[in-house]
Amino acid sequence: MSVGAQLKVIRAADFDPASDRYLDMDCEVVAEWLCAFLKDEVVWRRGFSRVLIGLSGGVDSSLTAYLCARALGSEAVVGVRMPYRTSSPDSLEHASLVADKLGIECRTVDISDAVDGYLRTAPDADQRRRGNVMARMRMIVLFDLSAGLHALPVGTGNKTERLFGYFTWHADDAPPVNPLGDLFKTQVWQLARHMGVPDVIVSKPASADLIVGQTDEDDFGISYARADRILHLLLRGFTAERLIEMGFSADDVRLVKQKVDSTHWKRHMPTTAMLSSTSINDYYLRPVDY
Amino acid sequence: MHIEVAAAQFAPSKGDYAANLETVGRVLGQLEQSGTPPDLVVFPETALTGYFLEGGVGEHALSADRVFTDLLTTYRAHVVRPGAVVDVAIGFYESRNGHCYNSGLYATLTSAQTPNTEPALRHVHRKFFLPTYGVFDEERFVARGRSIAAFDTRLGRIAVLICEDAWHSISGTIAALDGAQIVAVLSASPGREFGSDGIGNLRRWDRLLQALAEEHGIFVVYAGLVGFEGGKGFTGSSSIYDPWGHVMARGSAIEPCIVRARIESSDIGLARRATPLLADLETALSDLVRQLEALGARMDPGGGR
Repeated sequence: MSVGAQLKVIRAADFDPASDRYLDMDCEVVAEWLCAFLKDEVVWRRGFSRVLIGLSGGVDSSLTAYLCARALGSEAVVGVRMPYRTSSPDSLEHASLVADKLGIECRTVDISDAVDGYLRTAPDADQRRRGNVMARMRMIVLFDLSAGLHALPVGTGNKTERLFGYFTWHADDAPPVNPLGDLFKTQVWQLARHMGVPDVIVSKPASADLIVGQTDEDDFGISYARADRILHLLLRGFTAERLIEMGFSADDVRLVKQKVDSTHWKRHMPTTAMLSSTSINDYYLRPVDY
Repeated sequence: MHIEVAAAQFAPSKGDYAANLETVGRVLGQLEQSGTPPDLVVFPETALTGYFLEGGVGEHALSADRVFTDLLTTYRAHVVRPGAVVDVAIGFYESRNGHCYNSGLYATLTSAQTPNTEPALRHVHRKFFLPTYGVFDEERFVARGRSIAAFDTRLGRIAVLICEDAWHSISGTIAALDGAQIVAVLSASPGREFGSDGIGNLRRWDRLLQALAEEHGIFVVYAGLVGFEGGKGFTGSSSIYDPWGHVMARGSAIEPCIVRARIESSDIGLARRATPLLADLETALSDLVRQLEALGARMDPGGGR
């Protein structure tokens, strides 16, 4: 190098708040891992040879069915469609598509009469209450079929909706085993594409389908992609101020943080008044598989 | 000296000591039937009970003597060949003086008709660094061990480390300075940080174990639990590293298996002569100790600065 020449500078890239690279996964490794999880937790630890999945026609339950079929075999998986009279016809059709593709047994239990029967006693129930009744009715069906078929209900909730509290307490979150609960929604989409879930299901706007025309992202006020990038860092201890400094929208950060901060209670068992030094889950600590 | 080493990984039945002991016996029996019985078999951390017991630790903790006696009985039930001998390192929850520890014992087992070798419990290592963060809560349920030490065996000088012990490079350094030629690392490592380049904790383990072997010129035999406990899956990947830091054999991250290698103890000298870092460290040790003592004196009694 000649005297006085400038040295080449190699600079680390700036953080890109629009990048999803931190959420990228080796999907085959994750699929293998989740299948091993299902085999261990369903068959070995709990002694079930069959599972039940409420098939909504959405990507979460479809992916769960794909994972269960791969882990346990198609014959071990029962999909249950539980439409209400206002449910989207697409939902039913997409649930059937998954069942057909996987060759799993598919049952249909219309919950309209049961839901409407109760709601006649609550004529002033708003859409939120009506949605919760539907979600809880679906769990009544799923757990009753579980007892009848000796098949374990498998949950389908993802990490984003768990963190947003976007589920009905002790309903969607009730099944004892959940393979997707530590995957953000955008990671569910990644894995669903890898597993071959039909594109018509993966690409459609996510919806709880409790209200006609409802979509998750409209309910949230933020896209899953933007929310997941923020959630990923918030959960690692990054403060809201730091995230805004890193280039995230202040409104987005505040919205995401508020949703997480206001729903911690939904991610816990009921609060019990402690009176002794043997209080369950405070002092008396035993793991779920003990 | 050629040494046949093995690391066996399996998913323990939760809290079922008898069943897990039987699994250990079956593994030792299988290896005995292999035609080349191993000299040393390393089993994972808490292999006899499973890892996550929470407040149940006290219900399943046993004395090292009791575990040794049971291992010997199990070995003799599965291996009857006259003259059969195997050394084992295995993790268990230990009860001692009213305390519970996350321990690893090292023992020599013999068949009933092996007159020239005495079965013996050689050493008990009590986990020194107890992870108490995130998914881990060890300090709540077990007491911390107070030393890291190598010990003499018929196969040379060996040290046992348990999981987070090996995440602190100083643990391997102490073991090597104490003369360890083989370090057995017993682990129960829950899979986490799944990313585009695989499983995060496994990548870290590979870097750590490679560095442990390569820095000190020692063999490392790593045994990891597999199977899921309450949604937490252990990443297995039992492996054997040579003194240059090369992985000689590695197992599955999911399935039970046995990994094996024939190691040659004189390779330690070859590796150390090529890169004599341990000798350099020994030379500099007194200066380092003075510095460490000074740093230690600056820490307040509560551990902060």
